[in-house]
Amino acid sequence: MTAETEGRVYNLAGQDWDEVVAAADEAGDRPGEERLVVNMGPQHPSTHGVLRLILTLDGETVTELRPVIGYLHTGIEKNMEFRTWTQGVTFCTRADYLAPIFNETAYCLAVERLLGIEADVPPRANVLRVLMMELNRIASHMTAIGTFGLELGATTVFLYGCREREKALDLFELITGLRMNNGYIRPGGVSQDLPSGALEKLREFLGVEPALFGEMRALFDDNPVFRGRSKNVAYLDLAGCMALGVTGPMLRATGLPWDLRKSQPYCGYETYEFAVPTRDTCDAYDRYAIRMDEMDESLKIIEQCVDRLAAKRPAHDPVMIDDPKIGWPAQLAVGADGLGNSPAHIARIMGQSMEALIHHFKLVTEGFRVPAGQVYAAVESPRGELACHVVSDGGTRPYRVHLRDPSFTNLQALSAMAEGGYVADVIVAVASTDPVIGGVDR
Amino acid sequence: MTSENLPDRAAKAGEERLAEQVARTGMFGTEDTGDTSGYGGLRVRRAPVPSSPRPYGSYFDEIADRLADSLGSGGPGFAEAIEQVVVENGELNMYVRREHLVTVAKMLRDEPSLAFELCLGVSGVHYPWQAGRELHAVYPLLSITHNRRVRLEVSAPDADPHIPSLVDIYPTCDWHERETWDFFGIIFDGHPALTRIEMPDDWKGHPQRKDYPLGGIPVEYRGATIPPPDERRAYE
Repeated sequence: MTAETEGRVYNLAGQDWDEVVAAADEAGDRPGEERLVVNMGPQHPSTHGVLRLILTLDGETVTELRPVIGYLHTGIEKNMEFRTWTQGVTFCTRADYLAPIFNETAYCLAVERLLGIEADVPPRANVLRVLMMELNRIASHMTAIGTFGLELGATTVFLYGCREREKALDLFELITGLRMNNGYIRPGGVSQDLPSGALEKLREFLGVEPALFGEMRALFDDNPVFRGRSKNVAYLDLAGCMALGVTGPMLRATGLPWDLRKSQPYCGYETYEFAVPTRDTCDAYDRYAIRMDEMDESLKIIEQCVDRLAAKRPAHDPVMIDDPKIGWPAQLAVGADGLGNSPAHIARIMGQSMEALIHHFKLVTEGFRVPAGQVYAAVESPRGELACHVVSDGGTRPYRVHLRDPSFTNLQALSAMAEGGYVADVIVAVASTDPVIGGVDR
Repeated sequence: MTSENLPDRAAKAGEERLAEQVARTGMFGTEDTGDTSGYGGLRVRRAPVPSSPRPYGSYFDEIADRLADSLGSGGPGFAEAIEQVVVENGELNMYVRREHLVTVAKMLRDEPSLAFELCLGVSGVHYPWQAGRELHAVYPLLSITHNRRVRLEVSAPDADPHIPSLVDIYPTCDWHERETWDFFGIIFDGHPALTRIEMPDDWKGHPQRKDYPLGGIPVEYRGATIPPPDERRAYE
């Protein structure tokens, strides 16, 4: 009753267990060794989304780990080929859904480079982009550390992380109108300027956060249970990271201080003062520590952004590029029925300027044209190098957009980190990689 | 159409453009000369990809020189391995012949003055109008040592969609090549396990090719029917 398919398959018909065991021993199929294949299916509370892990266990040790992905594939890249360049922002933002601002920035930097308007993006728009990116970094790391704790059974950390993330999401709602997947960063600038009261709320945020970060550190930094479960677990050294293309906190945990914000700055990052936290024991504990330190650095950058935004503004200080053929025409305003086109803009296009009306119409229906060519624009997202490879054929729609997502590449390294360890360490390895399956699958 | 009174570069660019295929005809819904707007007669041609002349600028010349040295001494030679070098938007793009892809990648990784340690994945692109070179695979490389970037682009025809795999040189390409096979049908020779990664394992077809539909069903809303996105009006 044996069948040769992939590996040996033993069919049990009943009352024949002895025969099967004898056949297995005789076949030399690792006598005395029991292998168990366990499926941590896509529906699982600890796999950071719909990720399927097929583990081959020998007792408590993982001998083989195969990740299976694709359960969240929604065809973002192909969909973007049928939308205008500005509409493409609303699609790419949903890839890595915990870092939407970074997706948008990578895509918009690529489009701006193709258009040749990188230097013409207004300075205030760049400051707003940096502000939103760093807020998003804090929100994303809060989720990462919170879920790390939750998966180890530390529910308090999860609630602390969610609470801090709520503060960041409230700021997103105030500034962009939405909590997640904001559609805020657009080719040429950002969609709207800071509303009144935003600077005060930001300063409030900056005031309370350091103490709350300290609360989280108090729970984890010297916690013997946490240290026991994450020290020397999920080891991936520099050679491994380079071979497997891993970037982000995992790479900085090996001792290499590689951060695109410092080495290949964009959006004016070279003018901000911040450090790049690096550790050197390549384990899960280091990655957690780097994420905590990065949140502190993000607060520093946000403070510098707020100072710049609060400074005296020149007479003409737009947040969208001045070019009427590219810059999104309408500004949003809150009216009696909610957020919508500002009445001042409507009055201008309907009553005052025919050109403005034509530009508004053409930009909204047709969109702008981007010269043919291809570009690869990268940003440092909370998970590593997030980049957008955009190919244009000269039309109003992208010809091909490929999002190089850090989670996709970092997840490949999971086998290298978890095989040979215990089952419990698989959870720690996944949590320290911090994958977002939306980015993995797109 | 004479180009005698145009400066040379513009004349040459214009002639190159006229030699390309027509990509789009007409605008605002007119295709022929039926209306007096004249838009019906619009013919937009594909943009040719011009080779960049030397000097390329920035660090690109150094990369090209070092690679030429490596390829020259004991390799196939620069002209044989590299079809075209294009510098656009501040980025260096080298079109590599597929038979020499592995050699070029190995040199870019191992040569100390080049040292492109990190491969940032594979991106496939499908150009159905480029007969004989429809499927492209783009490899962005990053050198952390020298803080430089370069892009390799390889093409393969639809009839023979094989490209050598870079998994032995850059193991990170494993999942990226699987994704490119899944979405474009490019077969990477030498890949340890080229199977579908995003689509279900028994899916037929390669979804991100241009001849594959986007999918979607028409939506009825307030009496009107809105077709799926790939069948809607496009203002190109």
